[in-house]
Amino acid sequence: MSRIASIEGRAIPLPGHDIDTDRIIPARFLRCVTFDGLGEAVFADDRRQSGQHPFDAPHHQGANILVVGRNFGCGSSREHAPQALAKWGIRAIVGESYAEIFFGNCVAIGLPCATARPEHIQHLHTAIAEDPQIPLTLDLEALEVRLPQSRLPVEMPAGAHRMFLAGTWDATGQLLAGLAAIREIAGRLPYGSPLAKGG
Amino acid sequence: MAVSRATLFDKVWDLHTVGTLASGQTQLFIGLHLIHEVTSPQAFAMLRERGLGVLYAERTVATVDHIVPTQSQQRPFTDTLAEQMICALEDNCAEFGIRFYNIGSGSQGIVHVIAPEQGFTQPGMTIACGDSHTATHGAFGAIAFGIGTSQVRDVLATQTLALDKLKVRRIEMNGGLRPGVFAKDVILHIIRKLGVKAGVGYAYEFAGTTFEAMNMEERMTVCNMAIEGGARCGYINPDAVTYTYLKDRDFAPQGADWERAVAWWENLRSDPDAQYDDTVHFDAAEIAPTVTWGITPGQGIAVDETVPRTEELPGEDRPLAEEAYRYMDLAPGVPIVGTKVDVCFIGSCTNGRLSDLREAAKLARGRHVALGVKAFVVPGSERVKQQAEAEGLHEVFLEAGFEWREPGCSMCLAMNPDRLEGRQLSASSSNRNFKGRQGSASGRTLLMSPAMVVAAAVSGAVTDVRALLEPTP
Ligand code: SF4
Repeated sequence: MSRIASIEGRAIPLPGHDIDTDRIIPARFLRCVTFDGLGEAVFADDRRQSGQHPFDAPHHQGANILVVGRNFGCGSSREHAPQALAKWGIRAIVGESYAEIFFGNCVAIGLPCATARPEHIQHLHTAIAEDPQIPLTLDLEALEVRLPQSRLPVEMPAGAHRMFLAGTWDATGQLLAGLAAIREIAGRLPYGSPLAKGG
Repeated sequence: MAVSRATLFDKVWDLHTVGTLASGQTQLFIGLHLIHEVTSPQAFAMLRERGLGVLYAERTVATVDHIVPTQSQQRPFTDTLAEQMICALEDNCAEFGIRFYNIGSGSQGIVHVIAPEQGFTQPGMTIACGDSHTATHGAFGAIAFGIGTSQVRDVLATQTLALDKLKVRRIEMNGGLRPGVFAKDVILHIIRKLGVKAGVGYAYEFAGTTFEAMNMEERMTVCNMAIEGGARCGYINPDAVTYTYLKDRDFAPQGADWERAVAWWENLRSDPDAQYDDTVHFDAAEIAPTVTWGITPGQGIAVDETVPRTEELPGEDRPLAEEAYRYMDLAPGVPIVGTKVDVCFIGSCTNGRLSDLREAAKLARGRHVALGVKAFVVPGSERVKQQAEAEGLHEVFLEAGFEWREPGCSMCLAMNPDRLEGRQLSASSSNRNFKGRQGSASGRTLLMSPAMVVAAAVSGAVTDVRALLEPTP
């Protein structure tokens, strides 16, 4: 599994707070049995309504670091949301805060979400507005975002942070390594397999 | 035995802890895994890619709910994408030996309705499902998490999850609810007061006489929406109400197992002097019928209040309020009562159970849906539908001008043909009022109790349900 220590590229700003997963990927696009093709549908309704959504701005095409506000990704547990962002080309997110399930889903697919203070997010917005092509690095080892003229501290919960740096963000392998312990816990539970009982 | 000062959450967490991972996260055993057609197909594909199987197929239960049409459930569905999704689930369940409650089985329905009603959901369990409203099962004193698709894969392959332990906030509410105030109003009120992100990092323990007095279906309504307050799970300590509900259900323990289970459940309750990371207090008497006016479940007001003005709101809430006025086309300072509605929806895993339908039918009896309003009732499961019909509730609804549909998630998230059109405004008993949630990119949703939905349906506008109640003698 690959280690994720630093993401370099350009940023795409998404102003506003409490942007929910229904907006990131509207429910009608969940009618699918694979995640392929979700990239084009990311923010579908917001984009159609606004006509000038950042995801459609020519100067943000190819950007890979998303800058968001507070409580990003609230709402449904659909992994389709981070998958759609990733398929569009997003490799990392920097924001004020994230909804919990969304954050976990991002970790599981190797999409780091770093947290920064509101004034630092504002600083990023200003810098991107001045120069949409401004090069940016999210350095997970140093826990900072680097711009040509400045560096901003970011945070990440310790567990997720370790997983990205160790390359263990895909949990399945690690979890399976505990197979003997899993069986032991299962055998010790005061309740059986639900289906072993009754009807 | 050492004096314990643990919460139910701590006890259940410890019991299911397999170990600590290198990341510092806990590897937690999941006692019951619920799956459905929307978030599982990619997980099964990942299993196949890696040559993995399902470790405890007997701890997995499947049903189909999100995409099923509620008008005709004739197969193949006319919607070919929906048909493809149900076929994928059928194939996956057959291949991996997973119990599947398909349409027509008599037990199909919304995943959070069918697991409790069959007795799968029990106190002390850890439960996971690829759906954020899994918190519902916490009503039984289970610790239940909504998870994403990669985690569905992990649970299928290992029956465990990598999780950070949550803190516990005790939400204590005491006193009786006033007439016309329901469990839905209680949770809308809590979210309104605490906000939609206050629960991040927390499990919510709902405690106090208000919750103790609730029946299991009301408790499920409360826990269901813990996630709308940001809390990944919510729970209520099990008690006699829980046990009475569970006794003799299909998958509940039987005979001597039952006695043993009850003794264990009693011990699981949070200790009287348990340590909480936070405690907040509410008085049930303060709660009025509540309705949302905005685009998050936290933007709620009492039905007799006016849409808040920006200056009445804390600074950080103002930008979202401005966005909500524009989207909802509601002016600050105007009463919410009288807002015209186009569609009225009763159903979902929040309010699609028998007691919800009974309450709604009580108000619908002898009244009629207003001209130009489309109103429909979607039972939460085949069993709910069958029981409701046995009680004649469907006739009450049909006579009152409501449509009576087949079970499913329906217009809660509109992945099936039940959708708002254009700018339509819906009065909905579901749990989310996000932009575009009910199937039209510009559609608008007001969340409220099923009784309030009936009041809106028969009046054609948001109405204080208390005006429709029989005067109490
Ligand atoms: S009824 Fe709504 S919230 Fe509940 S499981 Fe279905 S889509 Fe999700």
